[in-house]
Amino acid sequence: MRFVVRRVAVSLLLVWVVASIVFLAIHLVPGDPAELLLSTGGSAPDAATVAELRERLGLNLPLLTQYANFFAGLAHGDLGQSLVDDYPVLDEIGLRLPRTLELIAAGTILALIVSLPAGTYAALHQGGRFDRIASGIAALVLAIPVFVVGTLLVLLMAQTLHLMPAGGYAPLAKAPGQHFLLLALPALAIGKGLAAILFRMTRASVLDVAVLDYVRTARAKGLSPNRVLIRHVLRNALSPILTVLGLHMGSLLGGTVLVEYVFNWPGLSTPLLRAVEARDYPMVVGIVLVISALFLAINLVTDLTRAALDPRIHTA
Amino acid sequence: MRRLAIPGGLVALIVLIALVAPWLGLPNPVRQDMAHRLALPGAVGLLGRDEFGRDVLSRLVWGARTSLSVAFASALISCVLGTTLGLLGGWFRGLGATLALGSADIILCFPPVLLALLVVTLLGPGAVTLILVLSVLFLPGFARVTYAEVMLVRSLEYVEAAQAMGATTPRILLRTVLPNVAGPVLVQLSLAVASAVVLESGLSFLGLGVVPPSPSWGLMIRGARTTLEQAPLLLLWPCAALTITILAMNLLCDALRDVADPRTQKPSRS
Repeated sequence: MRFVVRRVAVSLLLVWVVASIVFLAIHLVPGDPAELLLSTGGSAPDAATVAELRERLGLNLPLLTQYANFFAGLAHGDLGQSLVDDYPVLDEIGLRLPRTLELIAAGTILALIVSLPAGTYAALHQGGRFDRIASGIAALVLAIPVFVVGTLLVLLMAQTLHLMPAGGYAPLAKAPGQHFLLLALPALAIGKGLAAILFRMTRASVLDVAVLDYVRTARAKGLSPNRVLIRHVLRNALSPILTVLGLHMGSLLGGTVLVEYVFNWPGLSTPLLRAVEARDYPMVVGIVLVISALFLAINLVTDLTRAALDPRIHTA
Repeated sequence: MRRLAIPGGLVALIVLIALVAPWLGLPNPVRQDMAHRLALPGAVGLLGRDEFGRDVLSRLVWGARTSLSVAFASALISCVLGTTLGLLGGWFRGLGATLALGSADIILCFPPVLLALLVVTLLGPGAVTLILVLSVLFLPGFARVTYAEVMLVRSLEYVEAAQAMGATTPRILLRTVLPNVAGPVLVQLSLAVASAVVLESGLSFLGLGVVPPSPSWGLMIRGARTTLEQAPLLLLWPCAALTITILAMNLLCDALRDVADPRTQKPSRS
């Protein structure tokens, strides 16, 4: 229990630090922040516009007041308004975050379904044909950037074979079939890297555990191979696999930005990229903050799950 | 050592091509020629022309130059800064070191692409912004690796011997400690270069990395998406170049890791 409390406290502390950094980033850049956001390609913005933006972002207030206002806003669930259309940042995130989460969840599930059995099988038949082919595929898949896989999938499945739509979105309530059809390719693109990493980790982890004494004991006392595999090998091999899963959620969360862009999936990526281009600072800050907090939350959940599976972690 | 030769040779070849790009006699990679728009391979130039009539082969080669210079510059900057931080932190320890290394670790709380987009919003896109962001992103990796290695090395006999002989601290750090932690740092450097290539191409693909018309593989893939139906080959060339480069770099990283740290070498693998 103390482990859980401490781990949660650390996560909250990190969220505070991350929020502070995101808040301070605009002040860390040399020069006037308002002028910076308005300047495009060397032409200086006029003084009135700069003063107006400074007023809007509260940049004319003392830094500490700004900081207090920022956190007061966060506490009320207020992330400010978009500079472009005055739309509340939180509402935009609330609308689109579920779609991003769905994509990430689908990619992760897909990766787990493929990688855990494949990794285990490859480890049990180390050096065999399946092991060599699968390891080769994993190395290749890891080398292809996520947006390249996405674009090539569009080229192959939509453009050449006409099997799938090139991208888009259909609400689950209205067209469930179409919804999952449109989810398939983006989920595949986002899950492929994770699948390769988890395959490698599962393989290595099962290989490490399979030679340990307690596995030999379990076998010697006449347990069936399947029982040894599930109760003794896999259970103990799971902890490092979970750690890697948590660590790579960061690249998955970044990868969604690219995948959503490739497949026109209307998640957080669309407003984020639009905001970066328009230098809509409050919107960028809001989305970066939410995704980073999500990343920290995922890491927290993985750590707690690991601790639940492996009591030795509490004492460490 | 043989595992090092093939990927090492391939990476060296790609770097060499990028280095000698200006002397290969290729057409100007940014010169537009609308008359030969989307020309097929072989018709005009070896790999044809893109949607603005620019030579594809030339853009591929110059794109390698852009990607690799951004990748190497950022990896080297973060290597120097991060290694220094880890070296000093591991040697002097104390509160200052903990704080410095801890603040470097905070960078790891952000998904890399997101942190990069935040900085691009503030500074605007471009190669300089990319180098800045990427070097910040890789800094904690170098600091952590160096710190951990210095902690292992600092109490060993040869360090004590150097101290007993009256060597100054800078001399011990640079001449005794640094060479002994160089292996893992080198592995980290190769990892940083490989992931810099991935991130640079990704951000350029989104139109937020290298600024057009500069040739970059990410930008080429972005451009080819608009002409996917007429000229699918335009998409394949930069995809292949990017994948081969990253694959070679990844294999080199794995091989380097095995060479630098014999402990990870599996006895079953000859």
